[in-house]
Amino acid sequence: MQSRLPILVFAAFMAAIPFVPGVPPFWIVLLDNIGLAALVAMGLVLLTGVGGLTSFGQAAFVGFGAYTTAVLSTAYGLSPWLTLPLSLVVSGLFAVLLGLITVRLSGHYLPLGTLAWGLGLFYLFSKLEFLGRNDGISAIPPLSIGAFKMLSPGSIYYAIWIAVIVSALLTMNLLDSRTGRAIRALRRGHVAAEAFGVHTPRAKLLVFIHAAVLAGLSGWLYAHLQRAVTPTPFGAHAGIEYLFIAVVGGAGYVWGGVLGAAIVVILKEVLQSYLPLILPGSGQVETIVFGIMLVALLQLAPGGVWPWLMSFLPERTSGRKPDTSLKLESRGHSAGQSGVLLQVEKARKQFGGVVAVNNVSFDVRAREIVALIGPNGAGKSTTFNLITGVLSATSGSISVLGKKVDKAPPQEIVKLGISRTFQHVKLVPDMTVLENVAIGAHLRGHSGPLSSMLRLDRADEAKLLAEAARQIERVGLADQMHQLAGSLSLGQQRIVEIARALCVDPMLLLLDEPAAGLRHMEKQRLATLLRELRDGGMSVLLVEHDMGFVMNLADRIVVLDFGTKIAEGTPATIKTNPEVIKAYLGVAA
Amino acid sequence: MNTTIMLFLLQDGITNGAIYALLGLALVLVFAVTRVILIPQGEFVTYGALTYASLAAGQMPGTAKLALALGIGAFAFDLFVARKALHARLIVRSFLTNIVLPAIVLALAIYFAAQKPPVAICIALSLVIVAMIGLYLYRIAFQPLAHTSVLVLLIASVGVHLALQGLGLLFFGAEGQRGPAVLSTAFTAGSLRFTGQSITVYAITIAFIVGLWLFFGLTLYGKALRATAVNRLGARLAGIRTTLSGQIAFLLASVIGALSGIMIVPITTLYYDSGFLIGLKGFVAAIIGGLVSYPLTAVAALVVGIVEAFSSFYASNYKEVIVFMLLIPVLLLRSLAAPAVEEEKD
Repeated sequence: MQSRLPILVFAAFMAAIPFVPGVPPFWIVLLDNIGLAALVAMGLVLLTGVGGLTSFGQAAFVGFGAYTTAVLSTAYGLSPWLTLPLSLVVSGLFAVLLGLITVRLSGHYLPLGTLAWGLGLFYLFSKLEFLGRNDGISAIPPLSIGAFKMLSPGSIYYAIWIAVIVSALLTMNLLDSRTGRAIRALRRGHVAAEAFGVHTPRAKLLVFIHAAVLAGLSGWLYAHLQRAVTPTPFGAHAGIEYLFIAVVGGAGYVWGGVLGAAIVVILKEVLQSYLPLILPGSGQVETIVFGIMLVALLQLAPGGVWPWLMSFLPERTSGRKPDTSLKLESRGHSAGQSGVLLQVEKARKQFGGVVAVNNVSFDVRAREIVALIGPNGAGKSTTFNLITGVLSATSGSISVLGKKVDKAPPQEIVKLGISRTFQHVKLVPDMTVLENVAIGAHLRGHSGPLSSMLRLDRADEAKLLAEAARQIERVGLADQMHQLAGSLSLGQQRIVEIARALCVDPMLLLLDEPAAGLRHMEKQRLATLLRELRDGGMSVLLVEHDMGFVMNLADRIVVLDFGTKIAEGTPATIKTNPEVIKAYLGVAA
Repeated sequence: MNTTIMLFLLQDGITNGAIYALLGLALVLVFAVTRVILIPQGEFVTYGALTYASLAAGQMPGTAKLALALGIGAFAFDLFVARKALHARLIVRSFLTNIVLPAIVLALAIYFAAQKPPVAICIALSLVIVAMIGLYLYRIAFQPLAHTSVLVLLIASVGVHLALQGLGLLFFGAEGQRGPAVLSTAFTAGSLRFTGQSITVYAITIAFIVGLWLFFGLTLYGKALRATAVNRLGARLAGIRTTLSGQIAFLLASVIGALSGIMIVPITTLYYDSGFLIGLKGFVAAIIGGLVSYPLTAVAALVVGIVEAFSSFYASNYKEVIVFMLLIPVLLLRSLAAPAVEEEKD
């Protein structure tokens, strides 16, 4: 999606720096350090900024990378090029181990958990005999190609920056893919993503590993740059510093990581070399000033420096329209079904003493629109959550096409061809409409993270986006396709949710208050769309408060009140049902 | 190993655990009310301890000057925020709390430091100084960021920690200090010797736990703090000044930190950077307590203290590894027990 040109220019620029006459060698050292920090920060951008998982422990993964190559290349004499994959694998394996434990932690446990094991590992590095305890390991061989040994900071410079640029490209490719969309949806809570088949713990573990491998790469380079490792650079302070590099740069942006690394490394260097001239005296004056500047920077630009800089560039709302002639194969079940699609039998849900859904039974047959109505608090949305596996029923059963699905998680329900929208819109506001809708087609794509990084997923990806574009056109939002979902009106966002649900290629569509926030004309268009869908073979179950809308549209209506079904029938019979009138209007005095 | 050693280790562990419990409580409190993960909590500990030790040794602590400097900063922030509608009352109130108060305390510190004051005055002065630092820090560093994400607050918290640690080195030097015992009595029960100091630690910890419990359960301010913790916007709509809640939380946290420091500095030598690790162990306890439960945090802190004492006896090299790795099984249990239904956080 993004243009590759700025990256090429940047790469050429970085490649040219050492050849510029008069560049002090010291600058190259700084650039080496920036590159090393940028690699780690890039992983954190994905982990923290995009995925919403804050980790203080990245320094430990740098340590795994560095110590692996240090031990193997000194004690066992392995070539550094051989230890590169091993360093990455070791970091990755520890990420799997630690990730399995940590990524399931919610919100605030996670950063603290990473802080704790980060510290624990630091002490482990400094106490283990074979890692040289506090003295570390020295006399690590340099990287070499043939007879050329990368002994100076200037010669390893290219290795570091090639690693940075390649990693940035791979990371950006990953974000701009099927897997990337799943990762970007993580931060907004897991319910919406899971409703479309995303396995959220797996996606979290994936970013965790990605970040750890990048950190391991940085550690491997670090070991061969310094040619010695000690535990200090892998401690809690370093872990914290990597995190604020990412935050200062702009935690949601790959290049923010690089920029943040440049800002922090240079700032520290400037403070260390010039501050003593201004403020002579003992102590860590630079630490004090650094800390204060950090707080000041956050107060001025809480979103980070990169997005702040980008806001000066002219806005580009380009984005090509996907080629809608590409077809995604149908999921096989749809249309053509007949008989009962969904059977709810005596479903009951209790929250403590509250019975939210009280032994409700109804069914949805092929090619019909069923409306679930009732006053606020009648248990309609809870019923939806029971059907889609977000909640599991206390008792009773729910079957799809005659198969019981009581305990199935949301990911399994959507595989059966049931997709939904939410009462409270759950879109990712900083993704475009197209990308949001494409999440709906998650299960219809097959590309994994590796093929996404290497851009082997383009054929698959083009089909997914084509399907998404088709559904967006179908609901009439073609003009908004490339806008950010968060910039749309609430009514339009609801329609985007419908397009996303349609991307599943469902046999049954569950809509939770789809008409809320729509204008009169929009409601009529929505009704027309739903009738078309029904005539095309899909069934619709909807919760709605707008009686005019429901009465004109639904084939059948189920009425809930205080969790109990009080009536069921055609709109005409429901309108005159005394129980229903009582529930809505109260008893006539 | 014999029972004497075991009892001794147990006693040592409980004393340390009590300190961790206090710090854990403060962390939970601040986090719940302001969403700030208070990394500088450790600095409150060292500041309290070293201010106390300096005063007792007849030296003028730099922290008193820092309090005045921060107070001036806080006053400037107050004026800047209210620049569109400056009332005389507001200016006077801000001037009194942010400038007059620390100036008086600074004068007192200078006066008393010259004549080796009694322990009680040292304690009182140290507490007031650190409390003011905590209060002004909230005003300057965190209040302007109150609306941002937990992550940004966390990074700001790291920045504050770095600055305070650097200042600590400036004020107190790189050498460690010890302070005079708060209570110098001691008695023996069987083979165990109880010092007045350790009894004070237990008593103060228990008093704080009960005090906080009463404060949150029975007083209007306590309830306001709890309301802020649950829902900031809702609390504001109900007329609770959330900035006031934040200030109270920071005030309590800095007092608790300073008090912990004063209680341990007679037992262990503290350096300007010792606070970080002590604070982190409070963290471990707080995490085990789930960042929400006070009694659970207190129990967890005792466990941390005892594990630390025993591992420093058996495997002193791996003491810190063991303490921090203690978390892993706890986190594992927590993640298995509650598959967290978090939603739409930002």
